[in-house]
Amino acid sequence: MQKVNVAIIGSGNIGTDLMIKILRLSESLAMSVLVGIDPDSDGLARAKRMGVATCHTGIDGLIQMPEWSSIKIIFDATSAKAHLYNWDKVKAFPDKKMIDLTPAAVGPYLVPPVNFKDNLDVSNVNMVTCGGQATIPMVAAVNRVAKVHYGEIVASIASKSAGPGTRANIDEFTETTAEAIEKVGGADRGKAIIVLNPAEPPLVMRDTVFTLSEQADREEIRKSIHTMVEEVQKYVPGYQLHQEVQFDDIPASEPVFIEGLGLRHGLKTTILLKVVGAGHYLPEYAGNLDIMTSAARATAERIVTGMTT
Amino acid sequence: MGHKIYIQDVTLRDGMHAIRHQYGQDKIKEIAIALDKAGVDAIEISHGDGLAGGSFNYGFGKHTDWEWLTGISEVLNHARLTTLILPGIATIDDLKKARDLGVASVRIATHCTEADISPQHIAAAKDLGMDVGGFLMMAHMNEPGALAQQAKIMEDAGADCIYVTDSAGALLMDGVVDRIKAFRDVLNDHTEIGIHCHHNLSLGVANTIVAYQHGANRLDASLAGMGAGAGNCPLEVLVAVLNKMEVANNSDVFQLMDIADDIIRPLQTRPVRVDRETLSLGYAGVYSSFLLHSERAAKKYGLDTRTILNELGKRKMVGGQEDMIVDVALDLLKQQSS
Repeated sequence: MQKVNVAIIGSGNIGTDLMIKILRLSESLAMSVLVGIDPDSDGLARAKRMGVATCHTGIDGLIQMPEWSSIKIIFDATSAKAHLYNWDKVKAFPDKKMIDLTPAAVGPYLVPPVNFKDNLDVSNVNMVTCGGQATIPMVAAVNRVAKVHYGEIVASIASKSAGPGTRANIDEFTETTAEAIEKVGGADRGKAIIVLNPAEPPLVMRDTVFTLSEQADREEIRKSIHTMVEEVQKYVPGYQLHQEVQFDDIPASEPVFIEGLGLRHGLKTTILLKVVGAGHYLPEYAGNLDIMTSAARATAERIVTGMTT
Repeated sequence: MGHKIYIQDVTLRDGMHAIRHQYGQDKIKEIAIALDKAGVDAIEISHGDGLAGGSFNYGFGKHTDWEWLTGISEVLNHARLTTLILPGIATIDDLKKARDLGVASVRIATHCTEADISPQHIAAAKDLGMDVGGFLMMAHMNEPGALAQQAKIMEDAGADCIYVTDSAGALLMDGVVDRIKAFRDVLNDHTEIGIHCHHNLSLGVANTIVAYQHGANRLDASLAGMGAGAGNCPLEVLVAVLNKMEVANNSDVFQLMDIADDIIRPLQTRPVRVDRETLSLGYAGVYSSFLLHSERAAKKYGLDTRTILNELGKRKMVGGQEDMIVDVALDLLKQQSS
């Protein structure tokens, strides 16, 4: 099969990890150019060692390169603000698609096993957040069995795996994730919480999903969750249920008061996940990095499959 | 010392933890008015985990923060209305809503090593014209010098006061003194220093006093200690001690005693005191808010609360990771059956 050329803008943790994944694992993507803005960045140095063309003058430099005309997919692993600039340049080229790993959310949110098919013709898709990629498939798994009124997620990540961009814009994580729990996960109301833990040795990423849904057959919900976990494992091998799914009744006589929804009762489902990273650029604890770049790679590969069939 | 004593009551924020965030709106108003009359300098109101804390993870409140805060600033004559947020839970939008309801001061809380997630919120609060405290939680988990560097990050972002926050009630008196001194060494003279204690090792008052003696002037306390774990530094006791030390303050000790015993204690469904569970929090260095969640998990899964708390301490869980309580309980069950 002819590989499709891709470029990555952003030579930080995310861009570099994604580059390594494409080089080592992808059968359909060819790593063409890694674009940065700092000629001395570790990511660009690594790209050169791995034989990948580089550019340290951002998107404007990339467009001037001879590789540009053959590149079909551009990943953006910069910042929300930089993405607006980058997209403004790329959208003039209708033969190219952009996969946005920043919280800019210009295009629709995309979580591969949930709504890839809904976004086939879109030229810019957004990968939500690491916590969103880890948890929204679970919200959707409950929602396809029992209508989810409220979906809440808690993402705990090792301090060492949270880069300066994440730290300076933590509201973007909570707001973007909460919105995608609703738009993609199907909850009437979403809430997201992120906690950084500095323990040494660093703790592996944990994600907990709580849903309040209408009552339904618990075994059906459990099965739906296990099936969805297997779907995610196809592109994130370290994604796992750390505990069996937990259920609690919230009876009508003792409802909970949810902001925006009022008093609610139903079935509470608790899903305790663990995301072990593949250890490509950062060590295994950085499951948050791994799930984001793996989801972006899976999206690109699915786009390529669509191009060739 | 320079800065005046400033007593901030946390009965209506930290105290939320003791009753699963179930204060009624009328009760909040009644207590706020009584505290204002008794002369405290500031009154903090929000869900126990700060604005927008209502959740499965931390417990849903009886009301929203906005319902609790509405109509309070108007009835205060002397005390400043304050609140608290944890970046990662609440956002700058929540802060704006609170400001619009008359909140004049806010504390931005992070784990004691993660101050660099707070500058955006500190700057936004300053832009909104608020007084801002930086709140370094679980302060026992960071050494004095390194903690002071975290305080510096918050000061550089614009905070008016930085707190040593002993969320686990695990610090001994020397540990408090060393941290306050380290703060004084690196912070500007005009930056105030605060102390927030939990009473899990029965040191709530003593730790607050030694902090004051070494340069802290903003002191947190709550009526009858109403707060997470064994509670906070009990306000009426703190004021009694300050009076005996002849330290000038604005509070009336007799009024505070009355509110503590007549209004607050009857609200406590689980007594707020040092007992085997709350002592275990301080002993193992565990976030005090984990108490009721751990007691509930122990009951559901047939385990001892202390075993769960010790395991949480061993795993170095930080504030906000309440979801890991059930995870630990399930792991302990697996160990038992294997």
